[in-house]
Amino acid sequence: MKTIIGLEIHVQLATATKLFCGCSTDYQDDEPNTHCCPVCLGLPGALPRLNRKAVEYGLRVAKALDMRVLEESTFARKNYFYPDLAKAYQVTQDDKPLAVEGIVEIEDDEGHEKIIRITRAHLEEDPGRLVHVAGGSKYSLVDYNRSGIPLLEIVTEPDMRSPQEARRFLNKLRTILEYLEVFDGDREGGLRVDANISIEGSARVEVKNISSYKGVEKALTFEVTRQRNMIRRGQTVARETRHFMEGRGITTSSRGKEEAHDYRYFPDPDLGPLHVADRVADIDLPELPTARKDRFMEQYGASANHARTLTGDPRLADFYEEVAHVDPALAATWVADTLLGELNYRDMNITAVPPGHIIELLELLKIGTITDRAGVQVLRTLLDACVEGRPCETPAAIVEREGLGKTAGDEFTPIVRAVVAANPQAVEDYRSGKEGALNFLVGQVMKETRGRADPRELRKIVSESIRVDGV
Amino acid sequence: MITESDIEHIAELADIGISRDEMPEFAHQFNAILEYFSIIESVEGIGAPAAGAANVFREDEPRPCLPQEAVLANAGSTEGGFIKAPRVM
Amino acid sequence: MAGTLNFSPDDRYNAFITTCGEAPFGDGALAGIAVAVKDNISTAGIQTTCASRILAGYIPPYDAHVVELLRGAGAAIVGKTNMDEFGMGSTTGTSAFGPTKNPVDLDRVPGGSSGGSAAAVAAGLVPMALGTDAGGAIRCPAAFCGIVGFKPTSGRVSRYGLIAHTSSLEEIGPMAQTVEDVSRLLSVIARYDPRDSMMTDRPYDHRPSAEIKGLRVGIPAEYFGEGVDERIGEQVRSAIGVLEDLGAELVPVSIPGMRYALPAYSIICMSEASSNLARYDGVRYGPAVDTKKSWHEAYQDLRGEYLGVEARRRVLLGTLTLSAGYAGRYHAKALAARQNITRDFERAFSDVDIIAGPTMPTVAFRPDEVTDPLTLYRLDALTVPASLAGIPAISVPCGRVENLPVGLQLMGRRFEDERVIDVAFAYEQEGRA
Repeated sequence: MKTIIGLEIHVQLATATKLFCGCSTDYQDDEPNTHCCPVCLGLPGALPRLNRKAVEYGLRVAKALDMRVLEESTFARKNYFYPDLAKAYQVTQDDKPLAVEGIVEIEDDEGHEKIIRITRAHLEEDPGRLVHVAGGSKYSLVDYNRSGIPLLEIVTEPDMRSPQEARRFLNKLRTILEYLEVFDGDREGGLRVDANISIEGSARVEVKNISSYKGVEKALTFEVTRQRNMIRRGQTVARETRHFMEGRGITTSSRGKEEAHDYRYFPDPDLGPLHVADRVADIDLPELPTARKDRFMEQYGASANHARTLTGDPRLADFYEEVAHVDPALAATWVADTLLGELNYRDMNITAVPPGHIIELLELLKIGTITDRAGVQVLRTLLDACVEGRPCETPAAIVEREGLGKTAGDEFTPIVRAVVAANPQAVEDYRSGKEGALNFLVGQVMKETRGRADPRELRKIVSESIRVDGV
Repeated sequence: MITESDIEHIAELADIGISRDEMPEFAHQFNAILEYFSIIESVEGIGAPAAGAANVFREDEPRPCLPQEAVLANAGSTEGGFIKAPRVM
Repeated sequence: MAGTLNFSPDDRYNAFITTCGEAPFGDGALAGIAVAVKDNISTAGIQTTCASRILAGYIPPYDAHVVELLRGAGAAIVGKTNMDEFGMGSTTGTSAFGPTKNPVDLDRVPGGSSGGSAAAVAAGLVPMALGTDAGGAIRCPAAFCGIVGFKPTSGRVSRYGLIAHTSSLEEIGPMAQTVEDVSRLLSVIARYDPRDSMMTDRPYDHRPSAEIKGLRVGIPAEYFGEGVDERIGEQVRSAIGVLEDLGAELVPVSIPGMRYALPAYSIICMSEASSNLARYDGVRYGPAVDTKKSWHEAYQDLRGEYLGVEARRRVLLGTLTLSAGYAGRYHAKALAARQNITRDFERAFSDVDIIAGPTMPTVAFRPDEVTDPLTLYRLDALTVPASLAGIPAISVPCGRVENLPVGLQLMGRRFEDERVIDVAFAYEQEGRA
């Protein structure tokens, strides 16, 4: 049973002002209804004025996705009633969108290269935001701060074959948008998805309201399972719209009038057409994720996995390029594996980490001043300080203060002797050929020395010690 | 021929209440008016909107917004800086 | 010198919805002159209702561009004039605040929808007023009340702040006793405003000139045909004869697309109205919606109760003409008809400089004489074509029939508002002499 998935992605463009008025888009922490004017409130008589930057951002995306920009595109009104929609119509684009026919390259579930086709991309305005009052109140509250934020709606062909593919596509698209600097990935609700899902031969179901992009795989997995189970049981999948309930991880049917919508699109008489196809040639695109990944492998000798991880976020990639000169391979491992893991654990952003500190850490590791294990400790101490906003101590200072410097082996001889003496059974096991026993003993010594010793050197000293003591 | 049930459907799309008493007269008038519109069907081709100038833009520079009091001033009811609206299901 | 104008008119015509007893004014081209503004033009701090109960009590937090310009020119905005609800009508009879009476004959309609502005000027309550015109709404009441009313080229006056029922057709224009005052008011309001994206930067800076020698005036047979009162036709022909006496050359022309004009106009204007009036839901302004009901029910109840019958009729028809299965038959065809009429005028204007005809097919009638919506729509037959083509058109008084005023309509090429004003001025000067 083949799974067929197509997506509609609504991306909030990172302009300074709204799509049709000069109200600031920077409303995230502000009081409700403080980023509004006659235009975005839909006051009688107000008229829209198109934001040049929103069109430029749309064109940048169109070029990056290899799309064809139409010679003429126009704005249309989509008419429907909802309390968050100030004018009772949304200004969007209908039969003449900004751009059509693009592609995004991803990997399929077997790791092979795959093309996801993009149907169209068009500009439209975000509605306001409804707050549902807790406690079963009989009304809604509206905040129009979001009303008029520019959205780019990107529609794909039904080319994805699994929820995992859809996730990889979205990751890739999001990375491209971040590289293009048209999208702020940290903004809540900045990327919202509607998905069309069907099992081949059955009716298509639209899942709306996937407001976090992490929810997409969850919503799709639930929906695919639901549909497959229905088909297995011999039931018929209904063609319908369902809503994703983020908290419960399920989709529910939204039966009713919404199914019978007639949006009565018509050309917006308040806005002239766009003739911008000839501007595409002048757009300078930055190096995009795929090209940068290839370059990382070529220039720094990074593994495919490391290169993909490092280029998955432009800021991480920039960071890597700042520290790579110390030792590209060492830097790749430390940034892509260790640092990224520690950042995720702390829910920290790469921008909070001073590159100079990581350069110093890599240097300490490279010349052997500290062991890998001590390096991790230094990194953790460093990040804990950064995350709490304390002044960031340099790695050298941390090594000095905590006494984490790698020490010559003979300094540990007394500790090794004590460990050997305290674990006769392990010593016996090692002598009878159980190599694992040596690891245990080395581990005990590492614990006592707080990681300052190089484990390889320590193995030598411990095994030597057992031989000597045994004589 | 427009029936009363067609008008009910349109009234739902337009979110406009019509009373039972008005319905027969509306239906009668609509049919007369649509009949009068029907000459338009013989016009050749599909028209484009009256074209304004292309590529009319505003620069992406923030302008002052209305103070919150002014945003709320004309609203029927407000709560904590929000405007109250009917519930949605 | 800035100051305050005390304004307490004897408004027995119900020309005003709101009057400003003490109207501030400033310096400038219109210093201290009382100007009335149609109630669908936003005025900061002054109630703006569009003559609808659904906007009763709405006080805009901003001025329309034309109002900013009026204030900047020193005018005293003395009140907001009555109109058909949202501009939907030709009699000023659909106002939620009661009908306006025609100062020429109180038993007759003043025309509409800018009937309040026309009546205020005709009765001498103000020397000049702003009206709006989507299909004749300035020209019709100007003709019925015996004053001058001008609809500029579309895109010449900013629509920012105009609460249009039909965005692609409605324009703001001046109304006054004389062509000179119309021109004076136009030179204040026709200034570029980037907030109206459909606008062209063509400011009007012109003083009327009566020199029209050698002008070619087109006479379209369609403007004197079926449905046009023959006595009006005669009156207008003799007015055109005055232009000939002044040195103009008369040339027959034809606007064949005119037979489609009225349905095309109605379809476009109702379709747009269904969308433009959808925002009146009692949430952000207007009478408060019942927030305890679910939203469709609450909106239906509010809009059913507070929108008048003509507004609801047009919104419903416009919803129909845009809806699935009808949009291709009606709205798309109406846009095509509009393009055809625009081309007809372009063709005619390649041969002539001005097209002349009657403004209205009848004189002002009694409110109960015409009540059927379709008959009322047909009254716009001679004004709608210029609106569809976006060309400038003026109505200037040209005598009387049954002792009621008749209007001569003069239409010009796009952005030749100056020439239209000049021809009207020439006629007016000659008629007065």
